[in-house]
Amino acid sequence: MREPASKATPLVTLRINGRAVTVPVGTSVAAALAMTDRFVSRADLSGRPRGPLCGMGVCFECRATIDGVPEVLMCLTPCREDQEVVTDA
Amino acid sequence: MREACDLVVVGAGPGGLAAACRAAEAGLDVLVLDAQPEPGGQVWRGEARKGANRLARRWLTRFAASGARFRPGARVVAAPQPGVLLVEEGSSSFAVRYGRAVLATGARERFLPFPGWTLPGVLGVSGLQVLVKDGFPIRGKRVVLAGTGPLLLAAAATIHAHGGEVLYIAEQASAASHWGFALQLWRHPARLLQGALMSAALISVPTSTDAWVIAAEGEGRVESVRLSVRGREEQPRCDYLGAAYGLVPNLEVARMLGCETSASAVVVNERLETRVPKVHAVGELLGIGGVDQALVTGELAGLAAAEQPIPVELEHTWHRVHAFAAQLALHDAPRAELRRLATPDTLLCRCEDVPMSALEGCQNLREARLYARLGMGACQGRTCGTAAQTLFGWPGEDVRPPCLPARIGSLRLPSDVSSTHTRES
Repeated sequence: MREPASKATPLVTLRINGRAVTVPVGTSVAAALAMTDRFVSRADLSGRPRGPLCGMGVCFECRATIDGVPEVLMCLTPCREDQEVVTDA
Repeated sequence: MREACDLVVVGAGPGGLAAACRAAEAGLDVLVLDAQPEPGGQVWRGEARKGANRLARRWLTRFAASGARFRPGARVVAAPQPGVLLVEEGSSSFAVRYGRAVLATGARERFLPFPGWTLPGVLGVSGLQVLVKDGFPIRGKRVVLAGTGPLLLAAAATIHAHGGEVLYIAEQASAASHWGFALQLWRHPARLLQGALMSAALISVPTSTDAWVIAAEGEGRVESVRLSVRGREEQPRCDYLGAAYGLVPNLEVARMLGCETSASAVVVNERLETRVPKVHAVGELLGIGGVDQALVTGELAGLAAAEQPIPVELEHTWHRVHAFAAQLALHDAPRAELRRLATPDTLLCRCEDVPMSALEGCQNLREARLYARLGMGACQGRTCGTAAQTLFGWPGEDVRPPCLPARIGSLRLPSDVSSTHTRES
């Protein structure tokens, strides 16, 4: 079931909280978040960390500021070159 | 900005795609809206790029050739008058004036709260699966899955195929219910084969019936899971926990349009038309039934919208998949123990941080909204409202616009919309 490595997928590099992350085209920002050291998308009202939950645009736990637009759902957003993602925690 | 079409299809999963293909092929001007960046819905997520699933490839190719227009990243937020939808798309918005509508909004997972369920690394079963399909780095990670029904096996198979280690599968149903369901599968040979193939791939994964998550534990993220396994406790260490209890239909758009709903489905006639004239519903909105039901009901609604005759084989297929859906519903009912896991300080509403203790004395969702702010946050009760229905038996509420958080500008009806004429189907 593994995808053949020879069929090179184009890569894109985005920044999540200032850190560069390089991923294959088609990766969602929520999936790319897991490649940073913290799978945390926001802080709750008491400051405790939260991460993505539903993966499909229902729970709103993965909202972040993407390219300056606040409250964007990371799980519905594909990674793009030079994208700037800032989480709330 | 505005759009006009004969038929608007809300949702580009298998049901929406099948409806769009049938209607566009019959000559209607069809517009398909979906919140995701690509067509395919959750079940065919990523297939538009990968093309690994033959059935998905066939439908996505047919859709691309059908002449239907597709708007990705488009979320319906309001329905200000009959025949008009307001849609948010990225940082802009537009109005759609339509002759007919097919609602194919699919389903979401049912989450039930337990101590630790808000820790990062605790996700839905399908939530984890779709993230893996989207490139989530699961290789070498240890995963526990807990929930119910065929979704557990499907998620485990995806995680396994991408190099993740599924440590444990906890099926909440009793052995009798689980195997009773499996024994019914002989009536649905394709399902039986699918189940057998997935089971074979996962033969080394410990799986238990009568098993569920009691709590997730860890410092800042999930590190271990406490499981109840046939009355004894186990505590595997893990990197991720997928925990959710079957699917519930996404009824918000249907309710906002005024469609009648029963406990867990939209009420339709034999043309899959809802109680609102010229609005049809398909797929999971008719009861959780999977890809087969979505495709056949999508085709039926697409043909009905285009006023085409319905082939008799399609009706037969519909009745067969409907029988499968009924079996699934019986099997998926969450057991009573799952309703008693949350402690007084366990959060029920994740958006507004409402703990269970804040709901004391509340009799229904409306009181819980008014007195405790349950469901008042970003997800508008999609997670906690469904959980409260299961925990307390509270019925769902009417949906008021906007049905999603929206910018003020998205709610303005363009002045030229009401004067726009569309061809009636």
